[in-house]
Amino acid sequence: MSNETLLEVEGLKTYFHIEGKVAKAVDGVDFSIDRGETVALVGESGSGKSITSMSIMQLIPSPPGKIEEGAIKLEGKDLLSLSEREMMKVRGNDIGMIFQEPMTSLNPVFTIGEQLAEPMVKHQGMNKKDAKKRAVELLKLVGFPRAEETVKEYPHQLSGGMRQRVMIAMAMSCDPKLLIADEPTTALDVTIQAQILDLMQDVKKKYNSAILIITHDLGVVAETSDRVLVMYGGQIVENASAKDLFTNPKHPYTVGLLNSMPDVADEKERLESIPGTVPPAHNFPDGCRFAPRCKHAMEACTEAVPKLRENEPNHHVRCILYEDQGGEKE
Amino acid sequence: MSDHKRSTNEDSQHPSQPPEPSEGNEMTKKEKEHSPTRIVLKRFLKNKMAVLGIVLLVLITIISFSAPLITDHDPTSTDMLNIHADPDDEHLLGTNGVGQDNFARLLYGGQVSIQIGVYIAIMVTAIGVVLGSLAGYYGGKVDGIIMRFTDLFLIFPFLLMVLTVVTILEETSLLILVVTLGLIVWPNITRILRGTYLTLREQEYVLSARSIGASDFRIIIKHLIPNAIGPIIVNATVIMAQMIILEAALSFIGFGIPEPTPTWGSMLNEARNLGILTGQPHMWLPPGLLIVLTVLSINFIGDALRDAFDPKSKSRSS
Repeated sequence: MSNETLLEVEGLKTYFHIEGKVAKAVDGVDFSIDRGETVALVGESGSGKSITSMSIMQLIPSPPGKIEEGAIKLEGKDLLSLSEREMMKVRGNDIGMIFQEPMTSLNPVFTIGEQLAEPMVKHQGMNKKDAKKRAVELLKLVGFPRAEETVKEYPHQLSGGMRQRVMIAMAMSCDPKLLIADEPTTALDVTIQAQILDLMQDVKKKYNSAILIITHDLGVVAETSDRVLVMYGGQIVENASAKDLFTNPKHPYTVGLLNSMPDVADEKERLESIPGTVPPAHNFPDGCRFAPRCKHAMEACTEAVPKLRENEPNHHVRCILYEDQGGEKE
Repeated sequence: MSDHKRSTNEDSQHPSQPPEPSEGNEMTKKEKEHSPTRIVLKRFLKNKMAVLGIVLLVLITIISFSAPLITDHDPTSTDMLNIHADPDDEHLLGTNGVGQDNFARLLYGGQVSIQIGVYIAIMVTAIGVVLGSLAGYYGGKVDGIIMRFTDLFLIFPFLLMVLTVVTILEETSLLILVVTLGLIVWPNITRILRGTYLTLREQEYVLSARSIGASDFRIIIKHLIPNAIGPIIVNATVIMAQMIILEAALSFIGFGIPEPTPTWGSMLNEARNLGILTGQPHMWLPPGLLIVLTVLSINFIGDALRDAFDPKSKSRSS
């Protein structure tokens, strides 16, 4: 563990107990994020990405959700041992969060300024007047040219991209150490997406925050991230630097994801797809969870869940194909 | 103008946008410049019936509460030598069976009706907001307990309860009537507001409020009540109108505020005599008319508020 480590997630298990069934939405996730690092968490819908991020924030709807096991350490302090009251001080102050739906993430009855001021008044003990002033500065920072007027406007007066900028400003208002962005660009136009991603990078550099970006868009990953965690069936199946992952993907699932990405230079008639869907979280197959959809699957795959091994330096894979190898390439 | 057009087009590219006041009509530009409260107010004032309702209600309220300035007669003083008098200069609407001045009773009676309506609406709304928001926001066990408790009151034979309370206590006062009627109608508004909160708590902005560290209490009070203000106000007006009628009905059958306090309902009570019903309409027509006008005004206001708060229904009202 380097002393640059900001967030450490160890053996996180978040289960949902619904009608007697146990949905293992997150089932033993380990990863860490260094200070100032941008980490992407990718995977299909239903792979447990969002639940992982909500677990870090402890915003899992409970019941039915429950963090069963594991530790989430922010600067060595275990967040799971904190009381709800202490956790409220972490949210918004140490960890900021941006959501997928900018259109509905702002309260329609308050002005932009009032909403931006709220975390600063709460966490930094600012009075309302100072917080409003700071809100104007923040809006300028995220690219509002007439910020003085925007603070007095209501969410319905802004477009989706604008609202996402406000959300970023709000998440950054207390200078958090970690910014969690849950599909921040999914609901936006492609042209706006690039702007928002650039903005997040700018803001990150300015405050030296780490970013955990959750997405199913590998284009976003390529553009932003230092490191990538690929998630499938509530587990991390591959953990590698972004460059490594794109040039040398190991896990058959990662390979499948990369192949199903459209490529302008390539003149493929049809995009490739991974057959089948993510298994429901209450009914995972025995052994490797990807085995039923994997073209390399063999008998041994269904016997035990493979371990996440460091196959090459800083490149972890959870696949039986690489279990005996120590650096050999396919 | 061109600026406005551009932003409207941009909005229409997002089908997931909630139904907010930005439909592409001529109101859009004006509305965009105002806060939600001002938008509602503006739409409300466009409704002519609602404005008429407000004017009437304010007029009735002012006249009722300035009764001592308008008439010299004491509505409670009896004059056994001058009963069932026809209208004249002294008694504008004649006198009743015990010689009380009908005009004075009409004016003072309005005070009771309006007070009953307002007090019960406030009391019931307060109970409804507290219990409804707790049940709707927390859900689960809290919801279960509050809602079963509410069901208990809903199945209670309330008319029987009022009659029993009034009979037992003999001396019914305004306070007792307000509390009794309030206890009867609160379950309805609680259920409605619980439903509203159930929808609201799923909104993304609740999650984003929690993600910046807001407490449950703060979310309920600061983030959700302003968003639920539409249903809250609309239901308050409905209850106010209902309670004015209920009070009149109770007074009519003799279980309202007892004599000698004048109420519109007890004035109607006199019309149970066939001679008065056919021969002396000046005794019962004015209170009846005033009850209808008051309730109608409140209902117009309530309807207009409902339309004003709900952007999708605005075309219907104008």
